[in-house]
Amino acid sequence: MGGWAIAVHGGAGVDPNLPPQRQEEAKQLLTRCLNLGISALRSSLPAIDVVELVVRELESDPLFNSGRGSALTENGTVEMEASIMDGPKRRCGAVSGVTTVKNPISLARLVMDKSPHSYLAFSGAEEFAKQQGVEMVDNEYFITEDNVGMLKLAKEANSILYDYRIPIVGLESCGAAAESPILMNGLPISVYAPETVGCVVVDGQGRCAAATSTGGLMNKMTGRIGDSPLIGAGTYACDLCGVSCTGEGEAIIRGTLARDVAALMEYKELSLQDAADYVINKRLDEGKAGLIAVSKTGEVACGFNTNGMFRGCATEDGFMKVGIW
Amino acid sequence: MGWAIALHGGAGDIPKDLPPERRKPREATLRRCLEIGVAALKAHKSALDVVELVVRELENCPHFNAGRGSVLTTDGTVEMEASVMDGKTKNCGAVSGLTTVVNPISLARLVMEKTPHIYLAFDGAEAFAREQIDYTQPIKKAPKIAPVPEGDQIGTVGCVAIDTQGNLATATSTGGLVNKMVGRIGDTPIIGTGTYANNLCAVSATGKGESIIRATVGRDVAALMEYKGLSLEDAAAYVVEECAPKGTVGLVAVSATGEVTMAYNTTGMFRACATEAGHAELGIWSSESNE
Repeated sequence: MGGWAIAVHGGAGVDPNLPPQRQEEAKQLLTRCLNLGISALRSSLPAIDVVELVVRELESDPLFNSGRGSALTENGTVEMEASIMDGPKRRCGAVSGVTTVKNPISLARLVMDKSPHSYLAFSGAEEFAKQQGVEMVDNEYFITEDNVGMLKLAKEANSILYDYRIPIVGLESCGAAAESPILMNGLPISVYAPETVGCVVVDGQGRCAAATSTGGLMNKMTGRIGDSPLIGAGTYACDLCGVSCTGEGEAIIRGTLARDVAALMEYKELSLQDAADYVINKRLDEGKAGLIAVSKTGEVACGFNTNGMFRGCATEDGFMKVGIW
Repeated sequence: MGWAIALHGGAGDIPKDLPPERRKPREATLRRCLEIGVAALKAHKSALDVVELVVRELENCPHFNAGRGSVLTTDGTVEMEASVMDGKTKNCGAVSGLTTVVNPISLARLVMEKTPHIYLAFDGAEAFAREQIDYTQPIKKAPKIAPVPEGDQIGTVGCVAIDTQGNLATATSTGGLVNKMVGRIGDTPIIGTGTYANNLCAVSATGKGESIIRATVGRDVAALMEYKGLSLEDAAAYVVEECAPKGTVGLVAVSATGEVTMAYNTTGMFRACATEAGHAELGIWSSESNE
């Protein structure tokens, strides 16, 4: 066994003009989360507990797009989704359309542990949350001023850009796009909220787990579900590894990204990093995404074809790194 | 080579003493849908068009658990879900939590073709449906169907096809698990689990949703072919026998070379298939064809 390892992410696709202060805040949050996870691992908490507690921390902080600080739907509300997977028996839980549950990842965990199903959504998920007595808040709790502003800019950008699959013309007049021509999911990168947070862990016993949580795409249609709650797309864990993805949801779904990392290790016997690279280079076509992964032997890997990804990782032998670019 | 099509009406613990009045209508529907699909393929319709029209037919039949005839949630309501995937482009569409849409599979296709998203659910999906007046006709109330007898509730439907141009597609539709919690989503709309297609194969699965999700059935059949070089038949057999507990999963699949396979680890699976080469099959249990 190679010891424990942990990786976290706060989303792929970063505005190259992100102010240094924001970059610093992001790095501090990632570091804090890593340290939380590391303490938990040192106290022998199993991987499934560690990924949950780290993602809860990321959800509670308004900096990244999950829980508080989630991107807003076209109606200005928040609809969150999350999934969690426990490698050893490939048990999983997912939720979508969550509007009043303070920590969606914990609700996903309850779906896995306390319901006969794997995935609950919208009013059914909220009802289950009430029955389970999880902490519930008003939808306003999740909405930040920053994101209200972002939504306005996103609507402005989309009114010019009707279908993001069509090449962009005329975007130069949109103030937001003037700063940077990079687009993700049809939005200029300065308004695109990187879509997710996630954590993958392998504990001292070689058990892997993965967890992902998001508010989804800024200005999304209400009811739109992305990759984060979809097992095999945004999240996957099995005996061999744990994977969490972020980026353009549609590209991640089509590429069944998280499952493919594991499938490459399982069926083609690639190493963790080779599998991660293969998936990023070959499974995304025109799409933009990133992922973090750990293997049961204590390795950690990440890959992304986006402009940056907020991430951090640490292994038992003392290695620790936090980065954006 | 050449076209090929396979369709299913659900895998599960189908009792061998299923009374004729519950068996024959389903066999008749499978036969009719197979004929419709084959005719469309012979008329050079695209695989995507073929799987959609076959699944619409299956949805309209009240004897299967999809569209009309969907099983009920614990609240006695209907919540349908479906997904479609185009092997050539890997474009996909999915819907969940539908209550008034007559043909969920068509709404899934509209999500794929008319929105920048892949998956819409519940109120958002219903709102989108109301904006699309061509394909779907929202009905005010789910039609009253007699309660399904105990033990007879399986019946997710699906269809896979390869057309005369060599393109693959898959479509799957369901009312979900009988007595499911409101808001429960199964494998059917989760791309890579209940449904998957790329340029190697197209897969539609049925059975216990939670097991199919865990085993990422659709994607795994394709991954075994791609990464381990297994044939379609071997890949499907492996997934069904090794990757999910007995009694939980069935699937139909076609490959880019026109092969067809229908595999299940349950007592039976309502199924039918045909290939341009002349092979045709319709059945419920193993090594029996019910003429």
